Amino acid sequence: MRKLLLYLIIITTGLVFVSRLFYLQIYNTSFASLSEDNAVKVIYDYPQRGAIYDRNGRLLVTNQPSYDVMVIPRELKSFDTLEFCSILKISKDKLIKRLNKARVYSPRVPSIIIPQLTKDEYAYLQEKMRKFEGFYIQKRSLRDYQTVHAANVLGYIGEVNDALIKKDPYYLSGDLIGIDGVEKQYEKELRGIKGVKRIQKDRFNRDIGPYKDGKFDTLPVNGKDLTITIDAKLQAYGQRLMKNKRGGIVALEPSTGEILAMVTAPTYKPELLVGRKRSPNFTKLVYDTIANPLFDRGIIGEYPPGSPFKTINALIALQEGVIDTKESVSCRMGYYYGRRGQKLGCHFHKSPLSMIPGIAHSCNAYFATAYRRIIEKYDTPQEGIDVWRNHVQSFGLGKYLGNDLATGKRGKVPNSDYYNKVYQYPTYKWYATATLSNAIGQGEVLSTPIQLANMTAAIANRGYYYTPHIIKAIDGKPIENENYTKPKITTIDPSHFEPVIEGMHQVYTNGTASFLQVKGIDICGKTGTAENFTKINGVKTQLTDHSVFIAFAPKDNPKIALAVFVENGYWGARYAGRIASLMIEKHLTDSISRTDLEDWILTHSLEEEYAKPYSGQPFKINQ
Amino acid sequence: MAKSSVAAIDWITVLLFLLLVGFGWGNIYSASYEGEAFSLFDFSHAYVKQAYWILLSIILIIIIQAIEAKFYERFAGLIYVLSILSLLGLFVFGKTISGATSWYAFGPVGLQPSEFAKACTALALAKYLSDMQTNINLLGHQVRAFLIIALPAILIIPQPDPGSALVYAAFFFPLYREGLAAIYLIVGVSAATLFILTLLFKPLWVVLAIAAIMVFILIRNRKQKPKYSRYLLTIIVVTGFCFSVNYIFNNVFEQRHRDRFNIVLGKEVDSKGIGYNTNQSQIAIGSGSWTGKGWKEGTQTKGGFVPEQHTDYIFSTVGEEWGFLGATMVIILFILLLVRLINLAERQKSQFSRVYGYSVVGILFIHFAINIGMVTGLLPTIGIPLPFFSYGGSGLWGFTILLFIFIKLDANRVNEW
Repeated sequence: MRKLLLYLIIITTGLVFVSRLFYLQIYNTSFASLSEDNAVKVIYDYPQRGAIYDRNGRLLVTNQPSYDVMVIPRELKSFDTLEFCSILKISKDKLIKRLNKARVYSPRVPSIIIPQLTKDEYAYLQEKMRKFEGFYIQKRSLRDYQTVHAANVLGYIGEVNDALIKKDPYYLSGDLIGIDGVEKQYEKELRGIKGVKRIQKDRFNRDIGPYKDGKFDTLPVNGKDLTITIDAKLQAYGQRLMKNKRGGIVALEPSTGEILAMVTAPTYKPELLVGRKRSPNFTKLVYDTIANPLFDRGIIGEYPPGSPFKTINALIALQEGVIDTKESVSCRMGYYYGRRGQKLGCHFHKSPLSMIPGIAHSCNAYFATAYRRIIEKYDTPQEGIDVWRNHVQSFGLGKYLGNDLATGKRGKVPNSDYYNKVYQYPTYKWYATATLSNAIGQGEVLSTPIQLANMTAAIANRGYYYTPHIIKAIDGKPIENENYTKPKITTIDPSHFEPVIEGMHQVYTNGTASFLQVKGIDICGKTGTAENFTKINGVKTQLTDHSVFIAFAPKDNPKIALAVFVENGYWGARYAGRIASLMIEKHLTDSISRTDLEDWILTHSLEEEYAKPYSGQPFKINQ
Repeated sequence: MAKSSVAAIDWITVLLFLLLVGFGWGNIYSASYEGEAFSLFDFSHAYVKQAYWILLSIILIIIIQAIEAKFYERFAGLIYVLSILSLLGLFVFGKTISGATSWYAFGPVGLQPSEFAKACTALALAKYLSDMQTNINLLGHQVRAFLIIALPAILIIPQPDPGSALVYAAFFFPLYREGLAAIYLIVGVSAATLFILTLLFKPLWVVLAIAAIMVFILIRNRKQKPKYSRYLLTIIVVTGFCFSVNYIFNNVFEQRHRDRFNIVLGKEVDSKGIGYNTNQSQIAIGSGSWTGKGWKEGTQTKGGFVPEQHTDYIFSTVGEEWGFLGATMVIILFILLLVRLINLAERQKSQFSRVYGYSVVGILFIHFAINIGMVTGLLPTIGIPLPFFSYGGSGLWGFTILLFIFIKLDANRVNEW
């Protein structure tokens, strides 16, 4: 026993130590990260964010230096607070509060005292900086907008939020990220890749050289420059025309699907969301719930398309063979149907009309007849509706376009399930006439301006479209994404397009938009006057009609297709048609011969119209 | 040196020694190098100095082996007296380094007599116990043996170096092996247990718990006419001990001592201030995982986060850079060495050699247990080096002398009667 005691103690001690080591080194995994926190400082090297150019190579967005005033509380010496405060236009209380906050955060680690000085403030402060020990100025990079337009297209950048940091480990607190528009959609290309430097620290937090001789360090990769499809001149002109109106313009190049202009009104200047004033400005924009300047009407405003939708119904009717171009339909100020003599009203025009003048004069009776025949061609209205819907969707309506815009809406093209539900089928039956408002683009059908523009492009191309997109080239290299370079074919035979296009041409030559002709340009268009409603104190109230217009030009080999929506602009040719004509002329000739139209648009405001529902007074519409 | 005695050297022990010293130096190099090119002539670096200490210790080993084995037994008393004198001399000529007056300075070289006193005391104790006249079961002889052990310890405490003084508890092992009554072991272990319990709980609760246990035993044994006086005496002693521990801990100990105990017992958590060493050491070891970060790649080691890493905390470098496998290997090397030494001690024919052998095992073991216990956070911070591993010339020489005198004695056992 006496001999064994020491053996026993020694072996036991050895076992205890090995288990302790096992616990520390294998079982408990928290020490590895603790030692990293301890000894490795990670420094990020932020690359320059890519610039954005328009289709003609005009610089739209670049970077500007910005200057943050930083403080290391421990190194602070007493200083002339009065002078400091007056240079930086900050109250003494605020300064003391921020200094205390910085000290609580960490006395050794720098904190921001005043973010994003302007160049002038920086220049002035730079001179005096030596008086304020413990403060220093840190340069950062901010967006610099070379344009006051296209805020909705470009989007903006801001600090990344916590949810995203958790989702994507690339981002760290305080990093900037694209929040809307191209900045959001092409964030990965624009931002580049930040470089990482790992520095070995000693126990005094001093740098003692690269960690593992820089084995894990990476160099920053600069952001890529983007060329977008927008024509800055056309965009600016569109915004000018939309002044004091609400709505959107989307102009496409039919042969490529490139978005030439994407206007929403009202909007804001992109520079508002940069720098020190970003936060109050953003708040102001967000809280403007009436004008809603952050709402991009061109791509997420869902409106009833109105009469432009008739072109699609004409095409479907031809494709389904339920009507030909020669047959005339009579119109007695409307279309009468059902046992109780319901009527779909129409305006005054010659009667009877065949397809081409039917489009030119936008005859409701003609398209009610055609639509009803499409649906009734099939045994059940359900089947008919679904066949019809399939045709409509092949034009990109009622579904997401799959484009490269940061936001979008699906719009709405109802199917049989929808009507079954609404009319409680099979308890109650429903027939083609119950859906008759689809014939004239009212009722259940909804679309966004970009969808309408795309539909117009598909007509202009005689049967196919390219998915609308905003990206033209990345770092000078044209995009090769098949989604944008391969055409999407509609369900309509190319031969059926000519009569419809001729009808749209006659809209200009002798139809509803004949006063909008531009000399030397063959424009094809279609007016629309869309009824719309709102709720005032819970009561459904009709407002002045939306003015809608689609157009493309020239008739042969079209260069531009566009859709214009002007909220509460009354009839189609009144606002939207004028704007469409001007946009087309501007794009094709780079000049304006119809200065009368331009003057009218620039001098007419709809603000009064928009104020009506909020006035609290009874008001008249469609004046 | 006779040829036969070279052959009789226990080469297994020598091999273990070389492995420990070699691996130790590798870790000292990692812990003290600062990215400079290796040069054997730059004495500002600990690893260069240690390299010379190691080379010189080889010469020392040869000298030790060359001397007649009988010399150590015959001159044990004289060596012990010289050692005591060297400790006393510190009070006059001692040089103070980081608060402890433990050094003689010879130019740039410092020698720490307390590191050598262990071997000297072991010789003296072996000499005394192996004396034909000595009977370890006589109280008077026990007191004398105790004095031999306690004298250097008492001289070392006021340096102050309580850690080194604590090492003298190691001599319990040879005493016990030579027949010291088991009651000392029982009392010692009980006292240590009571000490810890008293710190963890209030002394009153400990006393009440002990009393309850004794009442329970008393009731079970009541038929065998128990001696009540013994029970009473025990409870009085326990009460006195617990309350005096409480008193000493709160009034005699300094705050830093209290903190060390409280941190290990988990009564205080402070990873930045007083618990910094232990915490950083555990981070270093813990971050090593299975195979470690690789030699010279330890971030804790490079950043110098563990204070005294090349001396008392050298094992944290092993843990960080060599991982669980490397650290376990070091533990195994020490266990092998200690077990080997017990085996050697047991095969000695002379009592002197056996007592000395057990002393060597005891001293090495206490260093090993306290040092690694401290570095891994199992024991309070008690600053003593890890034998053969830690940086320090005196320490290395002290342990080398301690070990190789025994190897010499062992090699000479064939000549014993």
